[in-house]
Amino acid sequence: MKKLIIALIMMAPGMLHAAGGGNISLESASINLENDAAKQRGAKYFVNYCLNCHSLKYERWQRMQEFGISIDDISEHLMPANAKPGDLMTIAMKTGDAKAWFGNPAPDLTLETRLRGEDWVYTYLKSFYLDDSRPFGVNNTVFDKVGMPHVLWELQGFKKAVYRYDVTSSGHVEQSFDSEAKAEAWIKEHGGDAEMKIQKVVDRLETAQAGKLDDAEYDKVIRDIVTFMAYMAEPVKLERQRLGIWVLLFLAVLFISAYLLKKEYWKDIH
Amino acid sequence: MSTKQNLVNWIDDRFPMTKVWNEHLAQYYAPKNFNFWYFFGSLALLVLVNQILTGVWLAMMYKPSAADAFASIEYIMRDVEWGWLIRYMHSTGASAFFIVIYLHMFRGILYGSHKNPREMVWLFGVVIYVVMMATAFMGYLLPWGQMSFWGAQVIVNLFQAIPLIGEELSVWIRGDYVISDATLNRFFALHFLLPFILAALVFLHIVALHKVGSNNPDGVDIKKNKDENGIPKDGIPFHPYYTVKDIVGVVVFLMFFAGIIFFWPEANGYFIEKPNFEPANPLKTPEHIAPVWYFTPFYAILRAVPSFAGTQVWGVIAMGVSIVAFFLLPWLDQSNAKSHRYKGPLFKYALAIFVVTFAILGYLGVVSATADRTLVAQLLTLIYFGFFFLMPAYTRETSDKTTMAKIYFAAMAISTIATLYYWWLFDGGADGSLLVKLIVTAIAAGHFVIFGIKPWLKPEQSSPVPERVTE
Amino acid sequence: MSEGADLKKRRFLTATTSVIGAVGVVGVAVPFIASWQPSTRAKAAGAPVEADISKLGPGELLRVKWRGKPVWIMRRTEKNLADLETLDPKLADPASDMPQQPDYAKNPHRSRKPEVWVAVGICTHLGCSPTYRPEVAPEDLGPDWLGGFYCACHGSRFDLAGRVYSGVPAPTNLVIPPYQFLDDNTLLVGDDGGAA
Repeated sequence: MKKLIIALIMMAPGMLHAAGGGNISLESASINLENDAAKQRGAKYFVNYCLNCHSLKYERWQRMQEFGISIDDISEHLMPANAKPGDLMTIAMKTGDAKAWFGNPAPDLTLETRLRGEDWVYTYLKSFYLDDSRPFGVNNTVFDKVGMPHVLWELQGFKKAVYRYDVTSSGHVEQSFDSEAKAEAWIKEHGGDAEMKIQKVVDRLETAQAGKLDDAEYDKVIRDIVTFMAYMAEPVKLERQRLGIWVLLFLAVLFISAYLLKKEYWKDIH
Repeated sequence: MSTKQNLVNWIDDRFPMTKVWNEHLAQYYAPKNFNFWYFFGSLALLVLVNQILTGVWLAMMYKPSAADAFASIEYIMRDVEWGWLIRYMHSTGASAFFIVIYLHMFRGILYGSHKNPREMVWLFGVVIYVVMMATAFMGYLLPWGQMSFWGAQVIVNLFQAIPLIGEELSVWIRGDYVISDATLNRFFALHFLLPFILAALVFLHIVALHKVGSNNPDGVDIKKNKDENGIPKDGIPFHPYYTVKDIVGVVVFLMFFAGIIFFWPEANGYFIEKPNFEPANPLKTPEHIAPVWYFTPFYAILRAVPSFAGTQVWGVIAMGVSIVAFFLLPWLDQSNAKSHRYKGPLFKYALAIFVVTFAILGYLGVVSATADRTLVAQLLTLIYFGFFFLMPAYTRETSDKTTMAKIYFAAMAISTIATLYYWWLFDGGADGSLLVKLIVTAIAAGHFVIFGIKPWLKPEQSSPVPERVTE
Repeated sequence: MSEGADLKKRRFLTATTSVIGAVGVVGVAVPFIASWQPSTRAKAAGAPVEADISKLGPGELLRVKWRGKPVWIMRRTEKNLADLETLDPKLADPASDMPQQPDYAKNPHRSRKPEVWVAVGICTHLGCSPTYRPEVAPEDLGPDWLGGFYCACHGSRFDLAGRVYSGVPAPTNLVIPPYQFLDDNTLLVGDDGGAA
């Protein structure tokens, strides 16, 4: 009985794991948070491409020293002229302006990788595609109707979407086709069930206009950006894990001593 | 006389130091057969101390205002020396507190620690649990993230469902028409105050316990068997035997605790929910709102009960009753034996099913509601209440029924019939799949027959409880 | 304490566990104590400040804020400097023997350059900020006053090198902060490049 109950309790967290998660498949960012060179490059890209509109306002410029950028380099190459290394990484743009230009103020990115996950940010940055219906001419497969222009287009170039036409019946995909006509024909063939609907989805992205970098080089650039962002989202993470090992080792020693003490005293109890 | 003895005497003449030490530790005789489940009382105390200590420290750096709260948390995480550790100790401690308390409560039910003569111990315990929930709820608003804001919004809006005064009451709680700076400020003050009330309640919980003495896995009253010195034969002094044992428990607990703090502080979004990495935005609700995991079983019950007669107060009542039911437990359990070891099999099944029910309700409270999930949540809500209100039926050892037992039975019968009616003859189950509908119907009916009707026909019997503890 | 209990072993294990446990308690106390230190924000706000003294005329006083405190920068006249020596007998610590200044300011004029004087404008008694009183022999301060600083809170008096008069509540001279000249007209207060 007791064992059954314990087993059931152990199961509970497993069941909880199933919760959450979207339906968009994300590519793994596979970053290495310890890679200082990647963080340094990421910092440079981030300052050049992102920091014009997005702030990093919960962190300070001087934090970048921790991954090997000297205070002089930070001051001369990364910071705006009037800032001090101890200042927060805010931006000059007023939220009112941002609202007028982009429809919404560009969110602060300090905690973005903790909010949406590293994989999401990585996939997002490589998933812009041309879409004339959008104000900036681009849409994004992981963020539909995105209000942000494709800032990295010089590097990546432009992608275009290759669509797929899914025939769905009460939520389940029955069959996929590369053209709407084929999908319609298939529905007719299969009785033209009123339940069946055609759904246009982005199947994959293809290069429409090449950028300065090929796909592999571009992936490396955005991986660097994500590495930098992940570090800034929780700068203490590496230190925390290093310290954790020592704490657990200490507790293990304390456990041995406490266990022997308990055993010695409990010799009295029969 | 030594100087030390002199000092002790000097104090004892003015303060009952030695007396308290002896009565509650060195000469407090606890049953010698405490097992794994008995670690969680001392652990709960440890976590309470952790929460108060880290909480007071966080309060030194936190700003309870809508404009500054979110940034002040990041300030603590980044700018304050070791601030991240103190904050993670507090956020992990909140979840750890509930894990420990749920296991502690489970132990109580398992071994009948709620039964005569420990009703007061149990009642103080449930009050502690309720105050803890209030404290945790208010604390969760303080980071002023999206989930803080919308979670509080949803829960405070529950009060709106109360007839006549609901609207005014919820405005009064918030001090505004939405969750706002005023709400945050008062929740902060209360979140700071309540833990000290908790500490006082813990004191009363222990005073009540030491008046009647500790229960044990056999539910044997060790005071009935004393040696020539008046010491229970199955008792051992709490100090040193259980102090050294509890220290081992504390160290093992701390290993798990440190493991989470240092390697997994977000616990996959369960201890720190992801939307809380975005500041509160009253104009944008996150796609999916879920309370923190320790509230989700009750939240699932709230959602499971449909609105009816133009009001959603029924769900709120059900959620309230699901918590109040714990207070009634000492009187719902009518079996002769305390421990499950000597109770009839139905109690064991009911408890096992209840634990599973609680866990699945917790899961359902986390995920978004679909038609099938709602059917399951409704079934589990019935079973949840069945555990409590059919208890007089399935634990009573004679076939005569008290008035209260009849009332509880009738309430469960009506609820079960109403649920079946709602699923099949009303549009309640219409969106769910037929298979799920059939399964939940079969389980609901079967559960009611097994735990509600059958025991009246052939009452359960406890087996004889031994004179002395068995381990 | 039944028969056969190994008391020696018990005492040893109790001591071991207590010592390791105490180490743990100290370890846990460290973050709590250290968290009271000035945070990165406080340190960033207390970063060295630059001051432009190109427009600071003789006898004029410039106030800048460093670590939230007023810092005075004064350009003294030839006469002011000459007066300093004559005041020695009336002062509590004329030679600046108390450690109230970096080594480079432990001289008769208490400064790097004789005429440019930098000091923290906080009275060493209870922390009020004294008033600048450059005039000679005003009515309220008496005929011997050659210009200096007067603390209105409790009546402490300092000369134009921040040296305290004897017989007033303040026990020590005004504090000279670390500073350096970036060029002839620019001072950096709060950082002397480790020269102290």
